[in-house]
Amino acid sequence: MIKHFFKKLGFSQAPFAGGIQPNMRKETEHSPIEVCPLPPLLIMPIKQHIGQACSPLVAVGDHVLRGQKIAKAEGYVSVPIHAPTSGQVIKIEDYAIPHPSGMGLTSIFIEPDGLDERDETLKPIEDWQHTDVSALRERVRMCGIAGLGGAAFPTFIKLVQDQRNPIETVILNGIECEPFLTNDHRLMVEHSQEIVLGMQIIMHMVGAKQGIIAIEDNKSDAIECMKKAVNHDDMGLDIQVLSLPTRYPQGSEKQLIEAITGKQVPMGKLPMHVGVLCQNIGTTHAIYEAVILGYPLTERVVTISGDAVPQQGNMLVRLGTSMRFIYAQRGLTDFDGLQILHGGPMMGERLRHPDIPVIKSSTGLLALSQDFFREAHPEEEPCIRCGHCSEACPIRLTPNLLADHCRNEQLEKAADYHLFDCIECGACSYVCPSHIPLVHYFRFGKGQAAQVRREQNFAEASRQRSEFRDTRIQREKDEKAAKRRKVRATHTPTEPNQGKE
Amino acid sequence: MSVFSDFAMILLSAVLVNNYVLTKFLGICPFLGVSGKTETAIGMSFAVMFVMTLASTASWLVQQYILIPLDLLYLQTIFFILIIATLVQFIEMMIHKVSPVLYQGLGIYLPLITTNCAVLGVALLNVQQDNTFITSALYGFGAALGFALVLVLFSGLRERMEGAPVPDAFKGSAVTLITAGMMSLAFLGFSGLVKV
Amino acid sequence: MLEQLMYAIASLGGFALLAGLILAVSSKIFHIEGDPVSDKIDALLPQTQCGQCGFPGCRPYANAVASQAADVNHCVPGGERTMLAIADVMGVEPKSLDQEEAIPMVAFVREDECIGCTLCIKACPVDAIVGAPKQYHTVIADHCTGCVLCLEPCPVDCIDMIAKPELLEHWSWPLPDTTRAQTGLERRESHQHD
Repeated sequence: MIKHFFKKLGFSQAPFAGGIQPNMRKETEHSPIEVCPLPPLLIMPIKQHIGQACSPLVAVGDHVLRGQKIAKAEGYVSVPIHAPTSGQVIKIEDYAIPHPSGMGLTSIFIEPDGLDERDETLKPIEDWQHTDVSALRERVRMCGIAGLGGAAFPTFIKLVQDQRNPIETVILNGIECEPFLTNDHRLMVEHSQEIVLGMQIIMHMVGAKQGIIAIEDNKSDAIECMKKAVNHDDMGLDIQVLSLPTRYPQGSEKQLIEAITGKQVPMGKLPMHVGVLCQNIGTTHAIYEAVILGYPLTERVVTISGDAVPQQGNMLVRLGTSMRFIYAQRGLTDFDGLQILHGGPMMGERLRHPDIPVIKSSTGLLALSQDFFREAHPEEEPCIRCGHCSEACPIRLTPNLLADHCRNEQLEKAADYHLFDCIECGACSYVCPSHIPLVHYFRFGKGQAAQVRREQNFAEASRQRSEFRDTRIQREKDEKAAKRRKVRATHTPTEPNQGKE
Repeated sequence: MSVFSDFAMILLSAVLVNNYVLTKFLGICPFLGVSGKTETAIGMSFAVMFVMTLASTASWLVQQYILIPLDLLYLQTIFFILIIATLVQFIEMMIHKVSPVLYQGLGIYLPLITTNCAVLGVALLNVQQDNTFITSALYGFGAALGFALVLVLFSGLRERMEGAPVPDAFKGSAVTLITAGMMSLAFLGFSGLVKV
Repeated sequence: MLEQLMYAIASLGGFALLAGLILAVSSKIFHIEGDPVSDKIDALLPQTQCGQCGFPGCRPYANAVASQAADVNHCVPGGERTMLAIADVMGVEPKSLDQEEAIPMVAFVREDECIGCTLCIKACPVDAIVGAPKQYHTVIADHCTGCVLCLEPCPVDCIDMIAKPELLEHWSWPLPDTTRAQTGLERRESHQHD
């Protein structure tokens, strides 16, 4: 009641629980998106999304066109991968991917021929309003679209009309709450028309009546542009632009839904279950390109920022471009003593070297000087039980206790403290005055728990096989014995050499 | 005061003020022995609650209808121990049947409830204080409740302590005893709350 | 005086008899079949069926531990975590491991040399080797528990143990390399090996 009253008066300060207000450092917010030139070599890992890896469709020596499918999806949670430009496949082998382990994955190496010819087999769907929803969904899947906000979850899975959980509201996530990153911001300013059209396609696909474009109030120009685009484009759909106070991690799906609708998505449930669908700005733009232009996902906008980058900015980059090449475009060639981050500073991962290709989930490339980095990550000190982490946690966990259990590998207790509900937003680590790497402990704990679960499943399967083998051997033995008895009964006992038993 | 407020007083005094473990220092052995894990502590608490309540009522009956009429008060301890031992054997069989894992977890401490001085202490104090049947049952139950309370609280503390950076010299029993001592100090704060 | 003594003996004896009767009846009621603890332990074991514990498989070892005929620390592939879990179920102090934990291995048949004798197939406790007489055999790597039981029967020694390849999906974050995390880890390890 009172909360509602304050909200009406505009006093609502914390639309979702916890959260922090970091220094946003959006130094690239006014630099327009520049097109990155074609690199001499493109490297496409066969897995660029959450889910199962793809299997290559091309062989060494094949000539491919831009947008041609080069790896096909395996299983349901998977989307295909397309050639980012025309050229020749020169090899298929393991190569480093943006992953904290530094491990490699099978990748398809394409040498561009410079012609950049498009594969024209996918035709534009101009009359999307009268096209079957499942055909549109298939188009989104075929074009390899995965969430471009960083998680890279296959988008077509979310674009579904479910009778039990009808989607009423589509929320376009223009929050971009991670410091440094401005790629969605620039897309909204420069491609607002396309984004609104993409949103209409999404609303048509899920049958939603209401659309909300949520933007944080530190992007006033984006709010202006989107408002103009929405007013300009009168399709009879209820779309409004909503300005929200700047707060991290508002861009996280469940937090954003809570901030806008006041509904909490229950643990283990999806936004669908509260009648909401969230889509990222970049993803929406990609859906527009896939449906209206018939272009598969072969490029994305990447923010190149950080104090070590001479010319910070946003670039439209072909997937598979080496990060070293991109940094070189921005005047950074010497990586000695620098920290390279893939994604934002809060949730991104540290990379060991820049010879790694850009993939669908690459929102930003940061290069930070060692001094800058050390200032942010000094040595861990003892917990002083100040409780700041609990206040900052957007899902109301108790990070300090949880970290203790993870550190001591008390995994069952960590699960009791809801380890698996942690979204790893990093708000707790950010506010910790003792500089405890809380999220790192949670990741460690989650990994260990997953390992234990895997071992248990393997052991259970082995046990079943072993038991099956035992019963089989027993059965064979019994059958043999029965046969032998039969043989003995039919033969007279005067034949002493009846087989070697 | 009404009867019920009397009963409430007895319970309150047995649970908090005259807590058997922390102010009378009886039953320390299971208190330290099975407080490692909350689950076993809860199991132990129920076992002790069962034994203590029944033991105090049964011992009151024996006292009133066998020992006093026959003038056999010198056999008091033997009788009481017999009662307790029987009850413990009974609960041991029951736990083995109902929860074998708890049975394993309690280990030797389960049969050792027999020698839990708190149980015999309750039975003896009951007859010393000339309690009626109802009050002695309540007193036994309250004492068991107090035991269960501190046992579960303490097991929670110990579980937390497992991950704490305790100095090497204090690791293990040392820090456990220090914690128990501090808990006892805290419970002294209840003294004077109820005059019994 | 004698009368007093008679009373004492009679009442105590009678009471003891009553208690005995109650216990006798309840022991009938609460009689249990089988051993649920050994099920519990069996579920904790890695089910490699390797026999490195000195028992012919995981189930026999679980039975032995449950009946306290064996120590909790004989499972080599299970490593420290399994030992701790079993010690927890049994309510005993953890013991240091018999052997150091080895990295996970899988068997691999060098098919060129395989003569198709099916001896390894018969030896495999989890049916992870496929093949037929006079045909090459091969190991299903996903099912192999690395128990090495197939090495010994092979007449041409064509089975190798190779390290299980580390999968990207199975990678997990290490502990942070801050001093506090590392000293905690060291302390925990030294504590367990006391």
